[in-house]
Amino acid sequence: MDTLETMTEPEIGARVDARGLSCPMPIVKTAQAIKTVASGALVEVLATDPGSLKDFTAWCRSTGNELVEQAADGTVYRFVIRRK
Amino acid sequence: MTLTTERPTTAEPGLDAIAEAIAAAAPAPALAPEEEVKSRDLVLIWYSGDLEKTWASLILATTAAASGVNTKVFITFWGLQAFVKDEVRVTGETWMQKMLSLMQRPGMSHRKLSKMNFLGMGPWMMGVLAKKYGVAKPTELLEAAQALGVEFMPCQMTMDMFGLKREDMIDGLGEPVGAATVIDLLNNGASSLFI
Repeated sequence: MDTLETMTEPEIGARVDARGLSCPMPIVKTAQAIKTVASGALVEVLATDPGSLKDFTAWCRSTGNELVEQAADGTVYRFVIRRK
Repeated sequence: MTLTTERPTTAEPGLDAIAEAIAAAAPAPALAPEEEVKSRDLVLIWYSGDLEKTWASLILATTAAASGVNTKVFITFWGLQAFVKDEVRVTGETWMQKMLSLMQRPGMSHRKLSKMNFLGMGPWMMGVLAKKYGVAKPTELLEAAQALGVEFMPCQMTMDMFGLKREDMIDGLGEPVGAATVIDLLNNGASSLFI
Protein backbone atom coordinates (compact mmCIF):
# COMPACT_ATOMS: atom_id res chain seq x y z
CA MET A 1 0.00 0.00 0.00
CA ASP A 2 2.97 2.34 0.60
CA THR A 3 3.68 2.54 -3.10
CA LEU A 4 0.12 3.65 -3.77
CA GLU A 5 0.36 6.43 -1.23
CA THR A 6 3.54 7.79 -2.80
CA MET A 7 1.98 7.68 -6.26
CA THR A 8 -0.53 10.38 -5.40
CA GLU A 9 -0.46 13.62 -7.33
CA PRO A 10 -0.72 17.06 -5.80
CA GLU A 11 -3.75 18.19 -7.78
CA ILE A 12 -6.03 15.39 -6.62
CA GLY A 13 -9.04 17.00 -4.99
CA ALA A 14 -10.67 13.95 -3.39
CA ARG A 15 -9.77 10.37 -2.70
CA VAL A 16 -12.03 7.34 -2.54
CA ASP A 17 -10.84 4.23 -0.78
CA ALA A 18 -13.15 1.53 -2.12
CA ARG A 19 -10.77 -1.33 -1.40
CA GLY A 20 -12.66 -4.41 -0.26
CA LEU A 21 -16.00 -3.08 -1.52
CA SER A 22 -18.12 -4.78 -4.15
CA CYS A 23 -20.42 -3.42 -6.83
CA PRO A 24 -21.98 -0.86 -6.68
CA MET A 25 -20.24 0.86 -3.77
CA PRO A 26 -17.00 1.89 -5.58
CA ILE A 27 -19.14 3.72 -8.16
CA VAL A 28 -21.58 5.10 -5.57
CA LYS A 29 -18.75 6.47 -3.42
CA THR A 30 -17.00 7.94 -6.45
CA ALA A 31 -20.20 9.62 -7.62
CA GLN A 32 -20.58 11.19 -4.20
CA ALA A 33 -16.91 12.23 -3.99
CA ILE A 34 -16.78 13.82 -7.42
CA LYS A 35 -19.53 16.25 -6.41
CA THR A 36 -17.18 17.65 -3.76
CA VAL A 37 -14.56 18.82 -6.27
CA ALA A 38 -14.67 21.57 -8.88
CA SER A 39 -15.01 20.94 -12.60
CA GLY A 40 -11.60 19.92 -13.96
CA ALA A 41 -10.33 18.64 -10.61
CA LEU A 42 -9.17 15.07 -10.13
CA VAL A 43 -10.54 12.29 -7.98
CA GLU A 44 -8.45 9.25 -7.17
CA VAL A 45 -10.13 5.90 -6.54
CA LEU A 46 -8.56 2.77 -5.10
CA ALA A 47 -10.55 -0.42 -5.61
CA THR A 48 -10.07 -4.17 -5.43
CA ASP A 49 -13.24 -5.22 -7.27
CA PRO A 50 -12.06 -6.71 -10.60
CA GLY A 51 -15.36 -5.60 -12.16
CA SER A 52 -14.36 -1.99 -11.52
CA LEU A 53 -11.98 -2.08 -14.48
CA LYS A 54 -14.89 -2.17 -16.90
CA ASP A 55 -17.29 -0.33 -14.62
CA PHE A 56 -15.25 2.85 -14.27
CA THR A 57 -14.78 3.10 -18.03
CA ALA A 58 -18.55 2.67 -18.47
CA TRP A 59 -19.36 5.09 -15.66
CA CYS A 60 -17.13 7.76 -17.14
CA ARG A 61 -18.83 7.27 -20.51
CA SER A 62 -22.26 7.62 -18.84
CA THR A 63 -21.41 10.70 -16.82
CA GLY A 64 -19.02 12.48 -19.18
CA ASN A 65 -16.24 12.56 -16.61
CA GLU A 66 -12.80 11.71 -17.96
CA LEU A 67 -10.89 8.60 -16.94
CA VAL A 68 -7.40 10.09 -16.93
CA GLU A 69 -5.53 7.10 -15.64
CA GLN A 70 -6.02 3.51 -14.64
CA ALA A 71 -3.38 1.28 -13.20
CA ALA A 72 -3.15 -1.99 -11.33
CA ASP A 73 -0.76 -2.68 -8.50
CA GLY A 74 -1.23 -6.33 -7.68
CA THR A 75 -4.87 -6.68 -6.75
CA VAL A 76 -5.44 -2.96 -6.19
CA TYR A 77 -6.72 -0.84 -9.03
CA ARG A 78 -6.18 2.89 -9.14
CA PHE A 79 -8.33 5.21 -11.19
CA VAL A 80 -7.87 8.93 -11.66
CA ILE A 81 -10.95 10.72 -12.92
CA ARG A 82 -11.31 14.33 -13.98
CA ARG A 83 -14.67 15.93 -13.26
CA LYS A 84 -16.28 17.33 -16.38
CA MET B 1 -6.60 -24.10 -34.11
CA THR B 2 -4.91 -20.76 -34.45
CA LEU B 3 -6.97 -17.66 -34.86
CA THR B 4 -5.53 -15.07 -37.13
CA THR B 5 -6.54 -11.55 -37.99
CA GLU B 6 -4.68 -11.66 -41.25
CA ARG B 7 -6.62 -11.18 -44.42
CA PRO B 8 -7.18 -14.47 -46.25
CA THR B 9 -5.06 -14.55 -49.38
CA THR B 10 -7.88 -16.08 -51.42
CA ALA B 11 -10.05 -12.98 -51.12
CA GLU B 12 -11.18 -11.57 -54.38
CA PRO B 13 -9.60 -8.24 -55.23
CA GLY B 14 -12.99 -6.64 -55.76
CA LEU B 15 -13.98 -7.09 -52.09
CA ASP B 16 -11.80 -4.22 -50.95
CA ALA B 17 -13.59 -1.81 -53.21
CA ILE B 18 -16.97 -3.09 -52.02
CA ALA B 19 -15.94 -2.76 -48.38
CA GLU B 20 -14.76 0.79 -49.00
CA ALA B 21 -18.00 1.68 -50.72
CA ILE B 22 -20.02 0.29 -47.81
CA ALA B 23 -17.88 2.17 -45.31
CA ALA B 24 -18.35 5.40 -47.24
CA ALA B 25 -22.10 4.88 -47.54
CA ALA B 26 -22.63 4.04 -43.87
CA PRO B 27 -19.94 5.64 -41.76
CA ALA B 28 -19.58 4.22 -38.27
CA PRO B 29 -21.58 6.36 -35.83
CA ALA B 30 -19.21 8.68 -34.06
CA LEU B 31 -19.26 8.60 -30.27
CA ALA B 32 -21.04 11.62 -28.90
CA PRO B 33 -18.63 14.19 -27.53
CA GLU B 34 -18.47 14.38 -23.76
CA GLU B 35 -20.34 17.68 -23.65
CA GLU B 36 -23.37 16.04 -25.22
CA VAL B 37 -24.07 13.62 -22.38
CA LYS B 38 -27.78 14.06 -21.79
CA SER B 39 -29.61 13.47 -18.61
CA ARG B 40 -31.73 10.38 -19.05
CA ASP B 41 -34.61 8.88 -17.11
CA LEU B 42 -35.02 5.43 -15.65
CA VAL B 43 -38.15 4.00 -14.10
CA LEU B 44 -37.58 0.92 -12.00
CA ILE B 45 -40.78 -0.94 -11.22
CA TRP B 46 -40.11 -2.59 -7.89
CA TYR B 47 -42.64 -5.39 -7.61
CA SER B 48 -40.93 -8.04 -5.51
CA GLY B 49 -40.38 -8.18 -1.77
CA ASP B 50 -37.85 -11.01 -2.00
CA LEU B 51 -34.41 -10.35 -0.55
CA GLU B 52 -32.44 -11.17 -3.67
CA LYS B 53 -34.59 -9.02 -5.93
CA THR B 54 -34.63 -6.22 -3.35
CA TRP B 55 -30.85 -6.29 -3.48
CA ALA B 56 -30.75 -6.22 -7.26
CA SER B 57 -33.22 -3.32 -7.42
CA LEU B 58 -31.19 -1.28 -4.95
CA ILE B 59 -27.90 -1.96 -6.75
CA LEU B 60 -29.36 -0.92 -10.10
CA ALA B 61 -31.14 2.15 -8.73
CA THR B 62 -28.08 3.46 -6.89
CA THR B 63 -25.82 2.82 -9.86
CA ALA B 64 -28.21 4.56 -12.24
CA ALA B 65 -28.43 7.60 -9.98
CA ALA B 66 -24.64 7.58 -9.54
CA SER B 67 -24.31 7.54 -13.33
CA GLY B 68 -26.30 10.73 -13.68
CA VAL B 69 -29.53 9.01 -14.65
CA ASN B 70 -32.68 10.61 -13.27
CA THR B 71 -33.93 7.55 -11.39
CA LYS B 72 -37.49 6.96 -10.24
CA VAL B 73 -38.66 3.82 -8.45
CA PHE B 74 -42.31 2.82 -8.54
CA ILE B 75 -42.89 0.55 -5.53
CA THR B 76 -45.82 -1.78 -5.89
CA PHE B 77 -47.31 -5.02 -4.50
CA TRP B 78 -44.81 -6.95 -2.33
CA GLY B 79 -42.16 -4.33 -2.99
CA LEU B 80 -43.96 -1.93 -0.69
CA GLN B 81 -43.38 -4.21 2.30
CA ALA B 82 -39.65 -3.48 2.05
CA PHE B 83 -40.40 0.22 2.59
CA VAL B 84 -42.33 -0.25 5.82
CA LYS B 85 -40.28 0.85 8.84
CA ASP B 86 -38.31 -2.08 10.29
CA GLU B 87 -39.85 -1.60 13.72
CA VAL B 88 -43.45 -1.74 12.47
CA ARG B 89 -44.59 -5.33 12.99
CA VAL B 90 -48.25 -5.35 12.03
CA THR B 91 -49.76 -3.23 9.29
CA GLY B 92 -53.30 -2.84 8.01
CA GLU B 93 -56.77 -2.33 9.40
CA THR B 94 -58.67 -5.52 8.64
CA TRP B 95 -57.77 -8.97 9.96
CA MET B 96 -56.72 -10.07 6.48
CA GLN B 97 -54.36 -7.12 6.01
CA LYS B 98 -52.92 -7.77 9.45
CA MET B 99 -52.51 -11.47 8.70
CA LEU B 100 -50.57 -10.66 5.52
CA SER B 101 -48.09 -8.54 7.46
CA LEU B 102 -47.79 -11.24 10.14
CA MET B 103 -47.17 -13.94 7.54
CA GLN B 104 -44.49 -11.86 5.83
CA ARG B 105 -42.73 -9.49 8.17
CA PRO B 106 -42.41 -6.02 6.61
CA GLY B 107 -39.25 -3.89 6.64
CA MET B 108 -36.02 -3.64 4.63
CA SER B 109 -34.13 -5.70 7.23
CA HIS B 110 -36.65 -8.54 7.18
CA ARG B 111 -36.61 -9.62 3.55
CA LYS B 112 -36.72 -13.35 2.83
CA LEU B 113 -35.13 -15.24 -0.03
CA SER B 114 -37.57 -16.59 -2.61
CA LYS B 115 -35.66 -19.86 -2.57
CA MET B 116 -33.61 -21.50 0.16
CA ASN B 117 -34.94 -19.26 2.90
CA PHE B 118 -34.85 -22.14 5.41
CA LEU B 119 -36.48 -20.21 8.26
CA GLY B 120 -34.01 -17.36 7.97
CA MET B 121 -30.89 -19.49 7.55
CA GLY B 122 -30.59 -18.45 3.87
CA PRO B 123 -30.79 -14.69 4.49
CA TRP B 124 -28.37 -15.02 7.41
CA MET B 125 -25.86 -16.80 5.16
CA MET B 126 -26.36 -14.15 2.48
CA GLY B 127 -25.58 -11.53 5.10
CA VAL B 128 -22.38 -13.28 6.17
CA LEU B 129 -21.27 -13.68 2.55
CA ALA B 130 -22.13 -10.06 1.75
CA LYS B 131 -20.02 -8.87 4.66
CA LYS B 132 -17.12 -11.09 3.64
CA TYR B 133 -17.19 -9.86 0.05
CA GLY B 134 -17.79 -6.20 0.81
CA VAL B 135 -21.33 -6.13 -0.56
CA ALA B 136 -23.37 -3.32 0.96
CA LYS B 137 -26.49 -4.36 2.88
CA PRO B 138 -29.93 -3.39 1.51
CA THR B 139 -30.33 -0.79 4.28
CA GLU B 140 -26.99 0.80 3.34
CA LEU B 141 -27.89 0.78 -0.35
CA LEU B 142 -31.25 2.38 0.41
CA GLU B 143 -29.47 5.14 2.30
CA ALA B 144 -27.09 5.63 -0.63
CA ALA B 145 -30.00 5.68 -3.09
CA GLN B 146 -31.77 8.40 -1.11
CA ALA B 147 -28.54 10.42 -0.81
CA LEU B 148 -28.06 10.17 -4.58
CA GLY B 149 -31.55 11.52 -5.19
CA VAL B 150 -33.42 8.39 -6.26
CA GLU B 151 -37.13 9.22 -6.15
CA PHE B 152 -39.34 6.55 -4.59
CA MET B 153 -42.99 6.55 -5.61
CA PRO B 154 -45.26 4.21 -3.63
CA CYS B 155 -48.22 2.68 -5.42
CA GLN B 156 -51.44 4.18 -4.05
CA MET B 157 -53.50 1.11 -4.94
CA THR B 158 -51.19 -1.27 -3.04
CA MET B 159 -51.09 1.11 -0.05
CA ASP B 160 -54.90 0.93 0.06
CA MET B 161 -55.15 -2.81 -0.53
CA PHE B 162 -52.59 -3.66 2.19
CA GLY B 163 -53.94 -0.94 4.49
CA LEU B 164 -50.54 0.74 4.67
CA LYS B 165 -50.53 4.20 6.21
CA ARG B 166 -48.04 6.97 5.50
CA GLU B 167 -46.70 6.67 9.05
CA ASP B 168 -45.98 2.95 8.56
CA MET B 169 -43.55 3.81 5.76
CA ILE B 170 -39.93 4.96 5.98
CA ASP B 171 -39.13 8.65 5.62
CA GLY B 172 -38.19 10.17 2.31
CA LEU B 173 -40.76 8.50 0.06
CA GLY B 174 -42.58 10.59 -2.52
CA GLU B 175 -46.30 10.99 -2.91
CA PRO B 176 -48.19 7.77 -3.73
CA VAL B 177 -49.04 7.53 -7.43
CA GLY B 178 -50.78 5.16 -9.83
CA ALA B 179 -49.85 3.20 -12.92
CA ALA B 180 -50.73 6.12 -15.20
CA THR B 181 -47.80 8.09 -13.79
CA VAL B 182 -45.45 5.24 -14.69
CA ILE B 183 -46.90 4.86 -18.18
CA ASP B 184 -46.56 8.59 -18.74
CA LEU B 185 -42.88 8.47 -17.79
CA LEU B 186 -42.36 5.54 -20.18
CA ASN B 187 -44.20 7.37 -22.95
CA ASN B 188 -41.82 10.25 -22.47
CA GLY B 189 -38.82 8.04 -23.17
CA ALA B 190 -37.74 6.74 -19.79
CA SER B 191 -35.99 3.37 -19.78
CA SER B 192 -37.58 0.80 -17.54
CA LEU B 193 -36.72 -2.16 -15.37
CA PHE B 194 -39.26 -4.50 -13.80
CA ILE B 195 -37.95 -6.39 -10.80
